[in-house]
Amino acid sequence: MLMSASADPPAPPARKRSVVRSLLRLWPYVRPVRGRVFSAAGVAIVAASMGLLMPLVLKWIVDGPVADGDTSGVWLGGAVLLGVGLAEALLFGLRRWLVARPLAGVEASMRAALYRHVQRLPVSFHDRWATGQLLSRGTGDLQLLRMFLAFGLTFLIVNSATILIGFGILMSQGWQLGLVLAAPVVPLIWLCALFETRFSLVARRAQDQMGDLTTVIEESILGIRIIKGFGRHRSQARAFHALSGRLMGTELHKARLLAGIWLVILALPEIFLGAALVLGAVQVADGDLTAGTLVAFMTTAMALRWPIESIGFLLALCNESATATDRFFDVMDAEVPPESAREGTARVPGAPDGLRFDNVVFRFPDSPPGSPPVLDGIDLHIRPGETLALVGGTGSGKTTLIGLVPRLHEVTSGRITLDGEDIAALPRAEVRRRVAVAFEEPTLFSATVRENVLMGADGVGHEEMERALRVGQAADFVHALPRGTETEVGEQGLSLSGGQRQRLALARAVVGRPPFLVLDDPLSALDVHTEARVEAALRDVLADTTALVVAHRPSTVQLADRVALLSHGRIAAVGTHAELLHSNAEYRHLMTGEHTEVSLP
Amino acid sequence: MTATVPKQAPKQPPAAPKRPGPDMFDQDTLPAPRGASRRLLGSLLRPHRRRIGLAAALLLTQQAAVQAVPLIVAYAIDSGVPAVRDDDNGPLIAVAVAYLICALGAGLLQYTFIRVSARVNQSILLELRGRIYRHAQALSLDFHDRYTSGRLISRSTSDVQSLRELLDEGLQEMLIILVSLVYIGGLLFYLDLGLGGAALLSFVPLCLLVRNYRRRSAQRFSKRSTAIAAVIVKFSETLNGIRPVKAFRRERANDAAFDELNRRHERVNGDTILEMARFVVLSRLVAAVSIAGIVLWGAQRVTSGDMELGALAAGALYVRRLYDPLDRFAMILNNYQSAVASLDKIAGLLAQRPDVPEPERPVELPPRSAGRPGREVVFDDVRFAYRTGGEVLPTFRLTLPAGQTTALVGATGAGKSTLAKLLARFYDATEGRVLLDGTDLRDLTMAELRRGVVMVTQEAFLFSGTVAENIALGKPDASREEIERAAKAIGAHDFIASLPEGYDTDVRKRGGRISAGQRQLVAFARVLLADPSVVILDEATSSLDIPGEKAVQDAMVTVLRGRTALVIAHRLSTVEIADRVLVMEGGRLVEDGPPADLIAGTGRFSDLHRAWRESLA
Repeated sequence: MLMSASADPPAPPARKRSVVRSLLRLWPYVRPVRGRVFSAAGVAIVAASMGLLMPLVLKWIVDGPVADGDTSGVWLGGAVLLGVGLAEALLFGLRRWLVARPLAGVEASMRAALYRHVQRLPVSFHDRWATGQLLSRGTGDLQLLRMFLAFGLTFLIVNSATILIGFGILMSQGWQLGLVLAAPVVPLIWLCALFETRFSLVARRAQDQMGDLTTVIEESILGIRIIKGFGRHRSQARAFHALSGRLMGTELHKARLLAGIWLVILALPEIFLGAALVLGAVQVADGDLTAGTLVAFMTTAMALRWPIESIGFLLALCNESATATDRFFDVMDAEVPPESAREGTARVPGAPDGLRFDNVVFRFPDSPPGSPPVLDGIDLHIRPGETLALVGGTGSGKTTLIGLVPRLHEVTSGRITLDGEDIAALPRAEVRRRVAVAFEEPTLFSATVRENVLMGADGVGHEEMERALRVGQAADFVHALPRGTETEVGEQGLSLSGGQRQRLALARAVVGRPPFLVLDDPLSALDVHTEARVEAALRDVLADTTALVVAHRPSTVQLADRVALLSHGRIAAVGTHAELLHSNAEYRHLMTGEHTEVSLP
Repeated sequence: MTATVPKQAPKQPPAAPKRPGPDMFDQDTLPAPRGASRRLLGSLLRPHRRRIGLAAALLLTQQAAVQAVPLIVAYAIDSGVPAVRDDDNGPLIAVAVAYLICALGAGLLQYTFIRVSARVNQSILLELRGRIYRHAQALSLDFHDRYTSGRLISRSTSDVQSLRELLDEGLQEMLIILVSLVYIGGLLFYLDLGLGGAALLSFVPLCLLVRNYRRRSAQRFSKRSTAIAAVIVKFSETLNGIRPVKAFRRERANDAAFDELNRRHERVNGDTILEMARFVVLSRLVAAVSIAGIVLWGAQRVTSGDMELGALAAGALYVRRLYDPLDRFAMILNNYQSAVASLDKIAGLLAQRPDVPEPERPVELPPRSAGRPGREVVFDDVRFAYRTGGEVLPTFRLTLPAGQTTALVGATGAGKSTLAKLLARFYDATEGRVLLDGTDLRDLTMAELRRGVVMVTQEAFLFSGTVAENIALGKPDASREEIERAAKAIGAHDFIASLPEGYDTDVRKRGGRISAGQRQLVAFARVLLADPSVVILDEATSSLDIPGEKAVQDAMVTVLRGRTALVIAHRLSTVEIADRVLVMEGGRLVEDGPPADLIAGTGRFSDLHRAWRESLA
């Protein structure tokens, strides 16, 4: 995966959608908890009103009962005060309690959806996307979205409501002064929109650069042995520093834009408020306005300061959230190819016919138009129970060809049939149930040996697992592991050698006696003694299995009944090992290393 | 092609458990000395104390401008209005000017503050990322074998992110809260000593609450960060093994396993949020009781004549505002706790000392004597065991004369890699010394050592970048001619030239895909360019096709010529180019001699050789 992943993901154009439309796409995930989210917003509004009520109650106590020396009134006032305060506190808590678990749930469900989806996206997608880019979408971006839903969205609603109500009150106190305050609204909106456009571009860039940085970090950790072997910490670190420096530059650019919008949001309304004050003072002097009204007006206007200021960072949060949403959907929108590419064209389903390639052409979906296909007009028939070795030089397309059988890639044209059934007409899981694969690079997962071996087979017992381990000549070393087949291996467990991993991968392929086997150079990492024993055991398995085996060496070819030579994406020759050695110069070169007139790419 | 490629554990007898005794790597947080995370934060902030001071000053001034506004309003009404009535517009003009200055000042100061603090924050993050990165690179392979890559990635991404949240919000908010506390507290004391004292008293339960919250939430945050790391590990393992995941229909089983991890994270994530909600509610309740109590007590005192009514009227409103920043404070505390949990993990990682320290008094290698190929290597009564016990190599002596090519043969777990890694100083010997031309490897700086000794590991990992850059890893300042010369000498030039963009082909792009054999050749070209006197070659176990193997074989001869070489041989064809063969078994050297002698003999090697011959049939 890493080797083939391109460093830069195919980032779509920065912003196709508006912020609102991006964020609206979150609705399906929020919908299940909408009741909680809306009630939380409602509670927030009530709590905010309680907050506004407090000063009024305080004023009333001091001006009323206390001034009058009314003791019972003071106690009553104190009780009301306490009541309002406690209610406010509990409502604040209620708001948080209402959304805490549901929104953690939203985050988790989006993450689960992403994970499900990437697992089902075709291999060609994974070839293009670096792991770090997908990972950063599954973690940082989703955390940001939860924050947005928990705070950003609520306060956007609450504060907008507060601003509107506040303006209503201001207009009722003095419409001329109100109009003065309303004057900067249009330029403010325009500036905010301008900010939004610019900020979203930079925010997206920062997030993408973060993804690139993650990729570099991952690579330096995975390639640590080479870096150490050559003592190249410094040059590798330079690349890292260049990237993190670039990220810092983008973050500072973001801060610059943010600082600008803060300047506007802080200063612009305040200047007009000052103008309103001067105008109001003149009106009071002229007797058009009472001093009390002006004080009330200014107090209300200043109470609106926080809601208006908050718009700045709420906008930034909305923006970043919209970008995070876009990044999330960049992946979610990638289409999982349909299960069945075409209607069933089975002749006699189930009748043994073996594995058939029928004029198969393959070209990578993202390859430039007009480029030659990787595989061109492949016709092969592996009869039931037969083993065919596939031999070919580097880059001839062997690995691509065998990847077509379990539908890791989809044929561009032509068809592949299993016992007469077109694999494109079968559900993928069904194809993969019938076809077992051992890859050249044996990957074990963080799980026990048992789980690793049995992952390809359903409902297989202990006996069968032991048989498979014996075929792979893995039984001895597995039973010598600290906890036998229950030993944890893989990234998080015990590290096994390449040869041991390959033997387990082989056991995994043959467990449950799959009708079709596809093996990519299954003996490559074995030492000579083990290889001979695995071969002998494999011969028994292959006797009644239809198998396609990629072979690099004569010893592996010996496992097969016939050999097909793949050259430049075409089947150049089919025959027995002896026939081809005799008749085909390229084959002779590949099998013996003898130099002939054939030149290889 | 997968995450398991670089996994190359020190190979041990499979029968032995990996590490006897409790394994600290089972835990996400590595042990760090007490207070390490606070010291880490301090060391990150210290270089920026001037800028932080400047930012604080900017914010204080900005707050002064903001707080001045009510005074201007009061002045406008009290003095401006009467003056206008007297046809004196002076005071009102003064009001207008002062208001304009405050508005613009507040805005501009905020603008500058954001820019200054962003620079501080970003510099700190840059430094922290760099430190984690450099430290991870400096740690031993032994460490990397145990601490999964997913965890390292989550240390340098999500854990750094949580510090970022603290810095972005924290500094500014903390200052604003402090300013408003001092301002309002001062006013209360000014209005009435008793009022101020009572308000101060109410901070006692609040402080207790804060302490309690910090203690409780520290555990929750630590759990949350462990939970997200588990999610990341699973996520990246799936992505890196996507082909087998698909081929073996692991999707559903993975969904279930991931769901469990994800749900655990969801639960602890919810716990942390609720923990904060609990704190907010409790502190607000304390505030509500305090306000009611202070007002009632004040009313009592006004009745008894101890206090002015006006003081209570003003004080009551201010007391209320005293508790306003509680929410913001909770948010910062939240960020702080989450950042501390992450910093603990980062500090734990940074506290890991590299197993192979740099020498205190480095020695230089004697100059390579002209005409003599390579350098002499001596394993002087070397013994190697893991610190937790488990001897891998019992005491042995071995001399590799300068210029000799030695093949190391033996079954998996015989100790071949360990011996090679001692020579490369990926580990240090438990006892004894490894000498290079008479100099102890531990007396050489890493830079000096790597100039002399290069190890080529099995996995021919290519870094993203061009083919030329990958070769130049051997000698970063190499010119294009040097790179091409090395590639030609190795026999890699032809295939590189046939790539879409030749030497400038990006190895990660389609079309730049390079086969295993070709990757080996690139790795050899690196060595040729690095020109070390000693080469350690861990031959790739995965076999190549025969023409590829021949090409690699020829290249190997070129690389090893004129150097002291130790080759961990998996193919016997490799052994044939060696001057000497060492057969290892159970950590001991059991056979030693020229290949021809051993083949002719009746030992283990001659058995192996016979089997190999037969396999070629």
